[in-house]
Amino acid sequence: MGGPSGPPFSVSARRLGAGTAGVNAHAPGTDRGVPSPPLERAGQAVPVRLAAALVANDFTRPAALHRAARPRRAEEKFWNRQRVAWFGPDTVGPDTARPQLALDLSSLNARHEERFLMTKLTVNGQSHTLALDPRTTLLDALRDHLDLTGTKKGCDHGQCGACTVLVNGTRVNSCLCLAAMHDEDEITTIEGLGSPDSLNALQAAFVEKDGYQCGYCTPGQIMSATALFDELKAGHPSYVSPDLDHAEMTDAEIAERMSGNLCRCSAYPLIREAIAMAAEVKS
Amino acid sequence: MKPFDYQRAHSLADASGRMGDAASIIAGGTNLLDLMKIQVMTPSRVIDISRLSGMDRIEPHGDGLRIGALVTNTTLATDARIRAGWPVLSRAILAGASAQIRNKATTGGNLLQRTRCPYFYDTAMACNKRAPGTGCSAQGGSGRMLALFGTSDDCLAAHPSDMAVGLAVLGAEVEIRASSGDTRTLPVTQLYTLPGNRPDIETGLEKGDIITAVILPAPRIGTRQTYRKVRDRASYAFALVSVAAVLKMDGDTIAEAALAFGGVAPRPWTDAAVNGLLTGKRPEPATFERAAAHLVPDTAPHPETAFKRPLLRRTLIATLREASGLAGQVDTARNAPSGAPQ
Ligand SMILES: Cc1cc2nc3c(=O)[nH]c(=O)nc-3n(C[C@H](O)[C@H](O)[C@H](O)COP(=O)(O)OP(=O)(O)OC[C@H]3O[C@@H](n4cnc5c(N)ncnc54)[C@H](O)[C@@H]3O)c2cc1C
Ligand code: FES
Ligand code: FES
Repeated sequence: MGGPSGPPFSVSARRLGAGTAGVNAHAPGTDRGVPSPPLERAGQAVPVRLAAALVANDFTRPAALHRAARPRRAEEKFWNRQRVAWFGPDTVGPDTARPQLALDLSSLNARHEERFLMTKLTVNGQSHTLALDPRTTLLDALRDHLDLTGTKKGCDHGQCGACTVLVNGTRVNSCLCLAAMHDEDEITTIEGLGSPDSLNALQAAFVEKDGYQCGYCTPGQIMSATALFDELKAGHPSYVSPDLDHAEMTDAEIAERMSGNLCRCSAYPLIREAIAMAAEVKS
Repeated sequence: MKPFDYQRAHSLADASGRMGDAASIIAGGTNLLDLMKIQVMTPSRVIDISRLSGMDRIEPHGDGLRIGALVTNTTLATDARIRAGWPVLSRAILAGASAQIRNKATTGGNLLQRTRCPYFYDTAMACNKRAPGTGCSAQGGSGRMLALFGTSDDCLAAHPSDMAVGLAVLGAEVEIRASSGDTRTLPVTQLYTLPGNRPDIETGLEKGDIITAVILPAPRIGTRQTYRKVRDRASYAFALVSVAAVLKMDGDTIAEAALAFGGVAPRPWTDAAVNGLLTGKRPEPATFERAAAHLVPDTAPHPETAFKRPLLRRTLIATLREASGLAGQVDTARNAPSGAPQ
């Protein structure tokens, strides 16, 4: 399902708003050259522009604020300090350089793209090479760059398990993985297990047992349970295994081994039943 | 996350050469990335050591084992040699985090994970650990997860690792490579420094130091080992209190006792006097009560951790009952089956 919609580089470039075109696309009304009224006389227009600037990406923010509300000296100094703090000293010029802001921005983006990392991910058997900002997590690479939105973002901090995928066969929280650290790795996502017309055993068991309510945690639950089967087969114990050398598929074992996957709808009993059912189907 | 340069280290020397003021090593990334996302940690350079070869192995070392710093928590907890000879370490690791996190978390990263004090995480609050000199918001704040031992006026935070408690009770050592290339070892308990008036300094590590391995001493065959963790939910939560115990029984006498405590101090907490109060004694309530009375402090450093005093006492006693064979069931250290798979 859902391969990349175009050359990966253009996907990244689009997201980061390369050059001013991308920036303006995100922040209407902040075009260079269109004179902006000073803050005091702007009436309602300024908050609207500010809001537009604020929802745009990080890099548009200070520049757009400048243009939207040509600040007084003290404010100007404040924003210059902010920009030094945020983007480094070479991004602030003398006051007379104000009209050059857009140039500053594009050089910022260029500087940023220099840091891009070419990353090869094999996802569900298909390989992709992406140019990624180093900050991109594996989760964001899957969802935003490869349009594989089956993997969910719940907390983005390793606390909920909604983002669980398999990396070279082991389950991990993709929100706590830098994509660049998984260059050349094999990733399996929920899209790789089955499709709506041909569900795999676990997916079918979740449907059969109603192992969800809203369904948001379900892809993570299913990826996690997929790995759970392999871990049990490999003889991995858990904290609740009475004997570190023998672990069986009991309800208590399933609960403990699935504890990294939270379900806000609290479908836990049926999630455990679905996993037990799939285990029986498998064996 | 603030922008950073990502660099892949080619060797240990390369990695320590790249470490400067604004650089951070990344191993599993499960703690570092979490903290970078909320800008508690803001390295401008992130040095990836996860691909360094040879550091992901568990090898024989004298009669013990040498665990490479990149060995994952899962690999370590499930290794057949560890399960047999050092079962308390398996249990302690399995008590922590989730299967997903243990698959990524490394031995070195786990030891150096930062505190879970909520004020350390909240960049809008004062915290001497995160921003030296700003004050400690936990003083007069909220404090269920804070420490009982080893705190100072400037910091009440506890170290969150379960694995470190398992290593401490076993007398494990940390192997550290300095940027000069020299290697030294430290007992796990001495890796950490107490906060005093510098809570921002957490370990004795110098700039450029890299943890290369953890050394386990020879297994204590026949000892009964257990790790008991008490937390706010049944699984996937940090310890309020945890107790690791290694007991050698000789008939109905405790011949040897080693204990370590988690969730209660800025490092895995040990107290030789408590071990001494148990050694040579019969495993009976009076013995356990004496040990607990010696361990548990008379007052808690924060009113909200007062509950940890009775909790620690009861958890210790319950653990000792199990480890001495009066109740429940624990793991007994034994020789690994020969040619045990890893
Ligand atoms: C939701 C959640 C729940 C958790 N629950 C628990 C729990 O119950 N119990 C528990 O013990 N832990 C728990 N953890 C923490 C987890 O165990 C740690 O995040 C993990 O062990 C860190 O290892 P890492 O390899 O990912 O470290 P990283 O994030 O890569 O690194 C952590 C720190 O160590 C440094 N570092 C890493 N390796 C080295 C090295 N070799 N030499 C020098 N410095 C190094 C890094 O620079 C960084 O500062 C939990 C984490 C999460 C997110
Ligand atoms: S989104 Fe990754 S664990 Fe919650
Ligand atoms: S089904 Fe709604 S969160 Fe699990």
